[in-house]
Amino acid sequence: MILDLERFTAAERPHWSALEKTLEWLAADPGRTLSVADLERFHTLYQRASADLARVSGFASEGELKNYLEWLVARAYAEIHEARDRRRFRPWRSVTIDFPRAFRRHVRAFQLAVALTIIGAAFGSLALRIDADAKSVLMPFEGLQRETPAQRVAREQQLKGKQLAGMKGRFSAELMTHNTQVALFTLALGMTFGIGTIAILFYNGVVIGAVAYDYVHGGQLVFLLGWLLPHGVIEIPAILIGGQTGFVIAHALVGWGSRISRADRLRAILPDVVALAAGLAVMLVWAGLVEAFLSQYHEPVIPYSLKIAFGLVEAVLLTLFLTRAGREKSA
Amino acid sequence: MIARDTLRIRTPEGIEFALPLAGPFSRMLALAIDLAVIAMLDSVLRTILGPLGVFGADLPDALHIALYFALTLVYGAAAEWFWRGQTVGKRLLGLRVVDSRGLRLEAAQVIVRNLLRLVDALPALYLLGGIGCVFTRYHQRLGDLAAGTIVVRTPRVSPPDLDRLLGGKYNSLAESRHLAARLRQKVPPELAGLALEALLRRDRLNPTARLEVFSELAGHFRSLVPYPPELAEQLGDEQYVRDVIAVVYRSFSG
Repeated sequence: MILDLERFTAAERPHWSALEKTLEWLAADPGRTLSVADLERFHTLYQRASADLARVSGFASEGELKNYLEWLVARAYAEIHEARDRRRFRPWRSVTIDFPRAFRRHVRAFQLAVALTIIGAAFGSLALRIDADAKSVLMPFEGLQRETPAQRVAREQQLKGKQLAGMKGRFSAELMTHNTQVALFTLALGMTFGIGTIAILFYNGVVIGAVAYDYVHGGQLVFLLGWLLPHGVIEIPAILIGGQTGFVIAHALVGWGSRISRADRLRAILPDVVALAAGLAVMLVWAGLVEAFLSQYHEPVIPYSLKIAFGLVEAVLLTLFLTRAGREKSA
Repeated sequence: MIARDTLRIRTPEGIEFALPLAGPFSRMLALAIDLAVIAMLDSVLRTILGPLGVFGADLPDALHIALYFALTLVYGAAAEWFWRGQTVGKRLLGLRVVDSRGLRLEAAQVIVRNLLRLVDALPALYLLGGIGCVFTRYHQRLGDLAAGTIVVRTPRVSPPDLDRLLGGKYNSLAESRHLAARLRQKVPPELAGLALEALLRRDRLNPTARLEVFSELAGHFRSLVPYPPELAEQLGDEQYVRDVIAVVYRSFSG
């Protein structure tokens, strides 16, 4: 049997056009939703187009019409069968509420990131203690290699913060972008089943441990704390959160003991991954500003005690934020 | 057999539809266009920030570094969110990111698939992502696998225009009602569908292939229902096929 294609198309075209118009209206703004009455009509049109597709598929006149109806039904299906939360993406809410909540939900992954960094730091300090010549490998920063900690402290105290005169903004922007890249990279490497994330966290730990050992061994503990704490108490946790997010992804990939499919596990963690990424990006913007505009000033311009106190206050506030913000009020 | 270049989705209503998957090369071209767009936006950014140099070189430099970074990070996700799965490159090449279950694309999905470009780009020139596109069942790079997305082709589609195709011209084959009825009876649906497809795609065939296809189809139709010479002899092969299809698909009740 052959479908009277012309008659069929003529009869159904107004319904297809109406469905197409509604789909275009919805597509114009991702946040748009239909009223109940419009939704009922939309559903009827979708069912009609589906029935038309089934009819066309069973007849000879496949091809262009079938492609058109498949395209129409596919788009309508996405709107009709979507059962997930359709709230708009709100960046402010994501950072202030969703981020600390996601952090607490996956706190074990954060603890693992901290543990790996501590192991790396222990390795880095031990390696430098055993082999002082390994400094160039363990601390791949030219600025930290060309002089001893004592020489650097003396030079920078003499310069009174003028070493960055006329380039603080640029320096700050470079720090923000570089650190954000590192943190997001640590996050993204979760897709290597966490192997890449482990490597980066361990390596970061090695560098931190080597630098800390170098300065403590050189008798510059107070300078080290005054230099690192103001930005480090935000920057280092941000990179650890990148690692935490990487482990969340890796855990969803591996899915030990889970009966849900891998695709479902990954789908379930997407909102948390976004919230954690948004949170760490904001933290690194702040850390970049502090590092360029505060951390590089030393005594006599700013007393070390003040810089250390500033860092400790930040640490307390960050801890409070991550552990308390966005908590559901208990009844 | 399951076609490797389509994703078939069966709806709860029992209807099945197919999403044609985009291949790695079209996606690579779309990416190249997007990189060119980012480079263009960067030059616009430089022009806008230029006058800020009166306050010293530091301010425009800092803003440029931060904004360019934000641009590279946000461009893909923002475009795919606001244009329903399309960037400039994807739009030009008729590609679209969609949910791998055919559902509505979520903001979290576009953000994650774009964040994971950092791994897909490893070790250089999107090698890891490219390997994923070639070897995974639905041509997904790592970002797509994590976000539950696929990239599909969205060719321009519209309902077939039979008026344009068959025209309102005089059809000598419809003159003889009993032969037209026999034609409707004898032509199998598969052959009718094939001939309709050939007419719809005639402009895409090269002249030699077009002549061969219509000659073969017309020969077949002529053998199924022989028409008297006075009704059919003036018709070329393509017109003969066109008239047969008009008879088969139209009721000619008037």
